[in-house]
Amino acid sequence: MSQAQDKAVIWHRDEYEIDIEETAAQQDVSRPLTRWESFSNNTTVRRSSVLIALAIIWEIYATWLNNPLMFPRFSEVTVALVEGYISGPLAIRTWTTLRVLVVGYALGIVLAAVLTSLAVLTRFGTDLLSTLTSMFNPLPAIALLPLSLLWFGLGEASLLFIIVHSVLWAVALNMHSGFLEVSQTQRSVGHNYGLRGVRYVMNILMPAALPSILSGLKIGWAFAWRTLIAAELVFGVSSRSGGLGWYIFENRQQLDTTNVFAGLSAVVLIGLLVESIIFRTIENRTVRRWGMQV
Amino acid sequence: MKPLLSAHDVTLQYKTREQLVTATQRVSFDVWSSDRFVLLGPSGCGKSTLLKSVAGFIKPAGGSITLKGKPIGEPGADRMMVFQEFDQLLPWKTIRQNIMFPMLACKRYGKKEAAERAQDYIAKVGLSAFADAFPHTLSGGMKQRAAIARAMAMEPDILLMDEPFAALDALTRRKMQEELLRLWDDIRFTMLFVTHSIEEAIIVGSRILVLSAHPGRVRAEINADQFDHQAQGSETFQAVQTRIHNMLFSEPELGGERIQ
Repeated sequence: MSQAQDKAVIWHRDEYEIDIEETAAQQDVSRPLTRWESFSNNTTVRRSSVLIALAIIWEIYATWLNNPLMFPRFSEVTVALVEGYISGPLAIRTWTTLRVLVVGYALGIVLAAVLTSLAVLTRFGTDLLSTLTSMFNPLPAIALLPLSLLWFGLGEASLLFIIVHSVLWAVALNMHSGFLEVSQTQRSVGHNYGLRGVRYVMNILMPAALPSILSGLKIGWAFAWRTLIAAELVFGVSSRSGGLGWYIFENRQQLDTTNVFAGLSAVVLIGLLVESIIFRTIENRTVRRWGMQV
Repeated sequence: MKPLLSAHDVTLQYKTREQLVTATQRVSFDVWSSDRFVLLGPSGCGKSTLLKSVAGFIKPAGGSITLKGKPIGEPGADRMMVFQEFDQLLPWKTIRQNIMFPMLACKRYGKKEAAERAQDYIAKVGLSAFADAFPHTLSGGMKQRAAIARAMAMEPDILLMDEPFAALDALTRRKMQEELLRLWDDIRFTMLFVTHSIEEAIIVGSRILVLSAHPGRVRAEINADQFDHQAQGSETFQAVQTRIHNMLFSEPELGGERIQ
């Protein structure tokens, strides 16, 4: 009994029941957000404020530095950028770059999809893909440029070749690791329905691996940009009109730093637009909507 | 009359990195049409592996499994599987699309017919209000309901259920068992149901195959058609429960009684 005395005693309380029908629902179960709440909840608003802050810091620093040759002011660059698009060559330069970029990017993605599908369907495909990616993924695309020029000449074909190279391995690597991460249950579900081969890849693996595929596509897009701008800086004009890289190079030669900044800003702006409009829209309509990504 | 599904001396083995494991050894059983046939046993008795081999995911190392007299080969939509995991619903499809997907994938139904059947089975499992919701917005019980509707809408020869309620909470599980029995009463489908819960086996099953572990061997086949949730407290229910319990937990060397 001495042991039992040491133990705490359960305190006796009366039981109770509440009729839920009669208690009014507590207030504030759900209410619309206040204006400030929905304003600060908006990603676009928050991201834009980062951009505005950066622009202000830039303007203040450049004004204080007062050396337009080294670091022109934000307002000057903005004017140069707008003028470049309205009356200058920026629009045609951007178009040249984007056209090559999109074609190369698309080619790279298609090749990556073919290679990875082969890799998940056959053992030979797996060996092929893993060997090729470990060989070529670390190889900088720009290092292939001299060879590419030799093979395809001074023109778009050379650029396409190195863009495909820069996109292909990054996308394939991500796509393949995405395929490998698809849950066993979902694979079994696909097999259970009698899905085989390409139908299995298209109907089960591709959508199930979409988060990884999208991140691969983003990396591939960035790689394609870098490669293309770098290539244009190196060998400049292709056929009749050069691209954005050439524009930057040309203006540096003429010590027109404001236009160099305008060219760089164009690259940055396109990157921002693609990321925040195209990729974000795709994510919102797919992986986020499906609850596969927060 | 012939059994719908017939397993004869089925030995199943699988390889891990270090060793070859025998999951089941010479297991034989017959499932007849409209059976609620339960595979019951402790973990390691190979019940899930057995179900997977019926589904066609694993080839038996010995013995044969036949469905309607034909040996089972590749996985196919004539044997629809309901898994334990909630992610069996494809997250990129709404509930309705999920249910229509196998009907369209196996090209047995046209688009219009598939839509009608989907609507019908969504109503049967009480998900009409959520037909166009994506799976991640549903509770675990609702997801399992949708998975069951998806499998049943195909009207497979046999419904394979791999511990479909094991990941649910106790209250939802009980509700789901009741609903499954109600659906069976309505449609009289044939199902092969895997569980490790003796209680669930007796309530859900009409016939129970008791398997022993390491490797899985047949211990007994027991009739349980007369029991539902109402019978749970009854003496006969308790007796069956105790009988199976003793079968599974009695160690011969400890002197526990063996039931042949």
